[in-house]
Formats: sequence, C-alpha cells, structure tokens
Amino acid sequence: MRRLRLGWEATILGLVVVALLVGALLSPDFLTASNLSFLTANFSEIALMVLTMTLLIIVAEIDLSVASILGMCSALLGVLWAARVPMPLAILLTLGAGGLAGLFNGLLVTRLGLPSLAVTIGTLALYRGLAYALLGDRAVADFPPAYTNLGFGTVPGTMIPIPIALFAVLAVITALVLHATAFGRSLYAIGANEVAARFAGLRVERVKLILFVGSGLMAALAGVVYTFRFSSARADNGVGLELGVIAAVLLGGVSIFGGRGSVVGAVAAVFLIGIINGALTIVDVPGEILTIVTGLLLIGSVLVPNLLARVRARRRGREAVG
Amino acid sequence: MKHRALMFSALSVTLGLGALALAQTQTPALKKGLKITLLPKNVNNPYNVIQTGGGLAAAKEIAADAKVVGPSDAGASSQVSYINTAIAQRQDVLVLAANDANALLPYLNRAKQQGMKIVTMDSDTAPAGRTLFINQANSEGIGRAQVQLLGKLINYKGDIAILSATPNATNQNTWIRYMQEELKKPQYKDMKLVKIAYGNDDDQKSFTEMQGLIQAYPNLRGVISPTTVGISAGARYLSTSPSKGKVVLTGLGTPNQMRAFVKDGTVQAFQLWNPADVGYLAVYAAAALASNQITGKEGESFAAGKLGRRTVGKQGEVILGPPFTFDKSNCG
Repeated sequence: MRRLRLGWEATILGLVVVALLVGALLSPDFLTASNLSFLTANFSEIALMVLTMTLLIIVAEIDLSVASILGMCSALLGVLWAARVPMPLAILLTLGAGGLAGLFNGLLVTRLGLPSLAVTIGTLALYRGLAYALLGDRAVADFPPAYTNLGFGTVPGTMIPIPIALFAVLAVITALVLHATAFGRSLYAIGANEVAARFAGLRVERVKLILFVGSGLMAALAGVVYTFRFSSARADNGVGLELGVIAAVLLGGVSIFGGRGSVVGAVAAVFLIGIINGALTIVDVPGEILTIVTGLLLIGSVLVPNLLARVRARRRGREAVG
Repeated sequence: MKHRALMFSALSVTLGLGALALAQTQTPALKKGLKITLLPKNVNNPYNVIQTGGGLAAAKEIAADAKVVGPSDAGASSQVSYINTAIAQRQDVLVLAANDANALLPYLNRAKQQGMKIVTMDSDTAPAGRTLFINQANSEGIGRAQVQLLGKLINYKGDIAILSATPNATNQNTWIRYMQEELKKPQYKDMKLVKIAYGNDDDQKSFTEMQGLIQAYPNLRGVISPTTVGISAGARYLSTSPSKGKVVLTGLGTPNQMRAFVKDGTVQAFQLWNPADVGYLAVYAAAALASNQITGKEGESFAAGKLGRRTVGKQGEVILGPPFTFDKSNCG
C-alpha cells in the first residue's frame, strides 16, 4: 500500500511536467515567466489552506469552513483598517480571529465528539454570516500600497509571487512537522486507527484541537493574502474555495479515510490543477469546461488508486490459488 | 419646391460630411487586425452576452481579431485569471464589464504597463484601472428615470422595494443611490422604500427574492428591478401570483425577455438602452485608443461606426444615451 501511494505522488509530479509541456505546445505564451507567475499567484490562498487541510484529513477529520473563515477574516481586516487600527495590529487581530474560529470548530469536535463534517458545514454558514454581519455589502479597498504590494508583488529580482514564497516556506515547515517529528507520526497513527492510537497513549483530542486551530490560523492568513492580492476586503471573498482545497488534497493522494498521504502529493496536486486551469484558460477554453475538468480529475484521483488496488488484490489472490 | 429643398439639404449634408472627412485625414486610420479580448461579468449573463455580441459586430466592421472569454460566476476575483491570460496573449485591447471596482486594479495596471488599452463598459472600475468607461446612460439619469416611471405607474402612493443584482455591483449601486435621492423629492412623500433585495443576478434567487418581497410586505405596491435577470425572474413569479395587477414591477429589461409579460399585463412598462450598442461603442472606442486616434482626454472625439461620432466626457466617460421606456405601444 505504501508503494502504491509513492507511485501516486510520482504520477502527479509526472502529470505536472506533462501539463507544463502540453501547455507550452498549446500556446507559445504559456511557458513564460510572467504567465507562470500569474498562474501560481492565482492559487496562493488554496495552496496555503491545503497544507493544514492535509494534516486534518490525515487524522480523518475535515474542515469545510476554511473559505468562510477566509471571508470572515478578510471582512474583519477591512473593518479594522477602516477603523484606523494600525495595519500590523489589524493583521494580528485577524489571525487571532481565525485561530479562535478554528478553536471553536476543534472544541465542538473534540469536546462534544461531533463529526467534523457536520460541525464545519455548520460553521461554514456561521462564519460567512459573521463576515456579512461585519462588512455587509460594503467593500474596503483603500489599503496601503506597501501591503497590497505584498499581495500581488513578486520577490525582488524574481518572478515568484510573494504569497507563493510565503507558501513555500510554510510548505517546508509543514512537511518537516508531518514527516520528521513525533507529532507528525502521531497523525498517521490517529488517522489509521484512532482506538489503537488512544491505547498507545497518544493525546488524540489535543492533537486534533491543535490541527483545527492551525487550520483556522492558516485560513486567516489566506484571508489576509486574498485581501491584499485583490486590495479588496469583502464579505464574499473566497466563496467556494474550500472545494478547491479539498480537491487538491484528495488528488494529492491523501486518503479521505485518514492515515495516508503526504505534503508533497498535496502540493503537487495544487500545482497540477492550477497549471491545467492555466493552460486551458490561455487557449480560451470556457470556464464551465475548467470546472468539469477539475471534477473529472478529482473522480479519477479516487477511482484510479482504488482500481489499481483491486487489480493487485485479485492478482495476489490468483497467485495464492495458483 | 419642397422636393428641391430636400434635395438641396441632402446635398449640403453630403458636402458637409465630405468636408468633415477631409478635415479628419490628419487622424491616423484604425489599425487592422487589433487583438481584442471582451471580458463580460460572467459568460452566462444574457445581458452581457448581447453586449459582447455588439462588441464582436463592431470588431468585424473594423477587421479586428476579437473574442469573448470570461468566468462562469460573477465573483470579483473570477475575472483576474482572464485579465492575466490577456496579458500573456499580448492582446492589444481589453474591454470588460468589471465585477468589482477595486479588486481588478493591480491586474489592469499590469496590463496597461504592457501597453494594453483598457476600456470598461456597463460596470466600471475605479478610473485608475481603465482609460475609458462606456456608460449606457448617465447613472443619475437612469436612477431617477426608474423612480419617475414607477411613481407614475403607482400614482405616487405605497410601499416600494428594489430587487437588485449583487450587493457589490457598482452600476446597480450607483443607480440605487440616485433612486434614493429622487425619492426625497416632495412628490414621492407617500412612497416608502421598504427593502433592497439582492437576487445576485441569478434567476432562481431573484425569483425567490421577489416572492419573499411580496410575502413580507403586504402593502407593497411597486418593485424596481434594475437588472435584466432580476426583472424577468420577478415578472415570472408575479405573472402567476395573486399579486399580479396589484404589485407593479418595472426596471431594466430587454424587449425580448419582457414581451410576454407586457402582453399578459404583468408588466406595464420598463426601460433600457440597446445593450448591443454599448459593446459596439466600447470596441470602437478601444480601437480608436489603440490606433492613437484619441488618448482618453475629455473633449476628444472618435468615429463609432453606425453610432456616429462620440465625445469623451469627464474622467474618460463616454455615454451612449438616455434610457428608453418600453410599453405595450412599442413592445407588444
């Protein structure tokens, strides 16, 4: 099973290369530094939220409220800035609010034992509602250029968007935490068999609570990035992004049932979806087709490994008989 | 004698036009083969489809290479990847109906830096984001005309509501502001605006919002829906509801969508300009910019095909004309 998963990650990475090549064949404008820069900047918020979502899904939980937390935090940042709160403080308060939103999700799941799917469907509506309560139909747009430049600028001397550079740093940290620490190993143990993990002395509730808070914080950070990138704080920012996040995590080979997956796979999947979207957009494929392609990719990502596993199991069965 | 006068005036007009044409030989000709991207709010919006259709027609007249691309939802950020794509494809001109006044600015600025000409139509960005804004009619004129029409239809009495598009649509919000201004005049003292509802330019949502308005406000006499999606969905609900004939619905609609409702008496009158002409004018304006005929300064003028010469107004605004009222006499 472990070999299969590694195979899947290699497949996704291979597909990233194929998608880049196909894009280059489709249009001479595709494989240019500036286009790739736009294209990656476009999925920076999804990429950020994918990191913590990967960890949550590995422990067999999920957070459907991330895009709503993003919107709520964007609205809050706008309200604070409009009330002349200094920007660094406004950002800190915004991140704090995201952490609290995550904590609320986590407490409902760990203290009351409710399934995270149900809890976060509820808070998906709750946090979006709070976003509208904060900002209504207004938009705050007069953010200082020094900050909006962080949103849509590139790292000096390169074409790497600043949000993607931030993401790269956090991705390395997340990968190290997941793959090189005891905490990371405990996530796989909990996801694979929670009862056994409990008997082994792992503090399951605490681990999950930490992950939900992390998810809220990351969504808040994505909210700050989104606000600066579009220099616009609005209650409806990021509506529906949670689907893109979960799609990438699952396409990246993280099992929805928990216990399996890696940061590399999830990150590769974000790039794959983004590059395919970018390549199709540059040859003027209509928006609906993009959505259909993403849907098909997702179904494929669940179907293919499953079929492969079945074929192998049957072959093994035959060998045993023969 | 009359005949001769007519002949004479026709002749003088022709000569005059000829002289005008001669006088304008200084201005550079329109460039051929301009690459034009038309970016509607979203590709499923019937109003935007007519608009971009007009744009494509103009592009054909001037031998430009134009295409329509766009997102399937009207979110603020959905248009960004299409702007970036236009940059990557090195388009000469971008003509767009903006989903948000500010969210697109940094991306439009990048496009400008590459030498692309930006023209907005129907829904504007902040003026820094574009060179010209093609406005169907003066916003104030539209807002006030809608209230004047409804006032007449309900005899200046009763509760009224507005069924708008999205809460962030810049054009709708500007009209609504002028509607509220107009309502302050003494002749409207018996008309009370009880609610502004949002149908998000979505047919079903607009339908249920209309239903909600009628149920929530028993004294509702009139609804203004300044969006073609809203007014037709609202009319569809009204046509089968007991409030048909009691609640007056008006707003901005296309004759094709509204004909059946005017015929069956659900709607007495509504307003619009020709949306195809908005797109048509936008493409001519953009081509004039890209061919260096104009720079976008107030007072400059350019030829806009069948629409004749148009002049750039304050802050790069070019106005198509006042709204036109449709009723049984011209939309039966």
